[in-house]
Amino acid sequence: MKPAPFDYLRPSSLAQALEMYAAATDVKVLAGGQSLIPLLSMRLAAPATLIDLGGLAELAGIEVDGSVVCVGALARHAEVERHPGVRATQPLIGQALRLVAHPTIRNRGTTVGSIVHADAAAEMPAVLCLLGGHVVAESVRGSRDIAADDLFVGPLETSLAADEIVTGAYFPALPAGAGTAFDEVSRRHGDYALAGVGVVVECDGDRVSRVRAGYISVSETPLVLDLGAAFADGVVDAAALDRAAALVTEQVEPEGDIHASADYRRHLAGVLTRQVVEQAYAATVVRQGAA
Amino acid sequence: MSEHRHDVRLSVNGAAHDVRVPARRLLSDALRTECGLTGTHVGCEHGVCGSCTVLLDGQPVRSCLIFAVSAQGHQITTVEGLSRADGTLGAVQQAFQECHGLQCGFCTPGFLTTITAGLRDNPDPTRDEARDMIAGNLCRCTGYQNIVASVRRAAELLAGDAGGVGEGERA
Repeated sequence: MKPAPFDYLRPSSLAQALEMYAAATDVKVLAGGQSLIPLLSMRLAAPATLIDLGGLAELAGIEVDGSVVCVGALARHAEVERHPGVRATQPLIGQALRLVAHPTIRNRGTTVGSIVHADAAAEMPAVLCLLGGHVVAESVRGSRDIAADDLFVGPLETSLAADEIVTGAYFPALPAGAGTAFDEVSRRHGDYALAGVGVVVECDGDRVSRVRAGYISVSETPLVLDLGAAFADGVVDAAALDRAAALVTEQVEPEGDIHASADYRRHLAGVLTRQVVEQAYAATVVRQGAA
Repeated sequence: MSEHRHDVRLSVNGAAHDVRVPARRLLSDALRTECGLTGTHVGCEHGVCGSCTVLLDGQPVRSCLIFAVSAQGHQITTVEGLSRADGTLGAVQQAFQECHGLQCGFCTPGFLTTITAGLRDNPDPTRDEARDMIAGNLCRCTGYQNIVASVRRAAELLAGDAGGVGEGERA
């Protein structure tokens, strides 16, 4: 349970980090380390070089304006979770973060690190996809935006080039009159979810106009489903929730493993959809009442 | 070929420790081996059990999920730093003793550090909040009942003794 030897580099600027990353082969980037260090300790990964971003205060920021939440690559989950501007601008972020591992892990782990780790059982990749967010990837060649839909290409696999480091993740603000919720089922507090779902319900006056859901642990990459067909009459009632649960149960194709069978995960996806859509809809009413 | 070693200054419980370690040395191992502070216990070594929890700039973190080289420049508090300046037990430690909050004691350092920080954020937790506070720490002996009682007792002790919290006092 000790990592294999590696060369350790600790850049003092992003420019230096990008140069180091471009020059090295067999290299990993270390931010919070809450996923990477267990992989190193179990020797599931043994890179020749590790670049520790820990000294780059320029990447630690969390910025909020009316339309977007920007989370820097070194911002810890706990900092994002506690940020009042984040909560006000896009409540789904905090609702999902409270389910990421334990508070002690969230004190150290980074939200961007969790996204680029690209685990389909993790909450934040699904949140970024559901909200239609993007990341900014930088390299010595320049900078580019990558939409969440284009980022996740397989289990633990992203479309980042070998020399690119993600420096920030951008989550669009919640539209007026919309509501969100996130919930999951896990065997123990803080464990990976057997299945989980985040939901955004948008309203046009009294009518529900759009219902979308992002799923974790039921697919190889984060899965976003448009549940609009179930809510075509514009209301959230028992019949519509039944239709939504049926729609999801038909569409998800989870894998079974030692923790849960494929059928059980599919069942959970349906049950959670029903519950979480109802919570997100209730939040639209609360938000409209507060406005 | 010998492995390259890094000179690192670790600031632990208010004292500087200059150590020379390979980059792969986990903070948990550096605290125990290089600093000689064996109060921090190493259980699972992949962030699940919570035994190795220490405070980094006052926040609980898993010392098995941080490299010692990354910890330079931060204030580290281990279980040894939770006692009072005169060497007597700090409030959380005293509560564990009074409420029989430990049996074998292996997991206890992680609970003590976690609860010390938890009570700073929430000085009067309900039973449910106390359970939530310790949900990231595993204990295989007690069934947690007496640990939850210890959290509540520590909150009482701290409320009645404004100067009693050990963490940071000696830093």
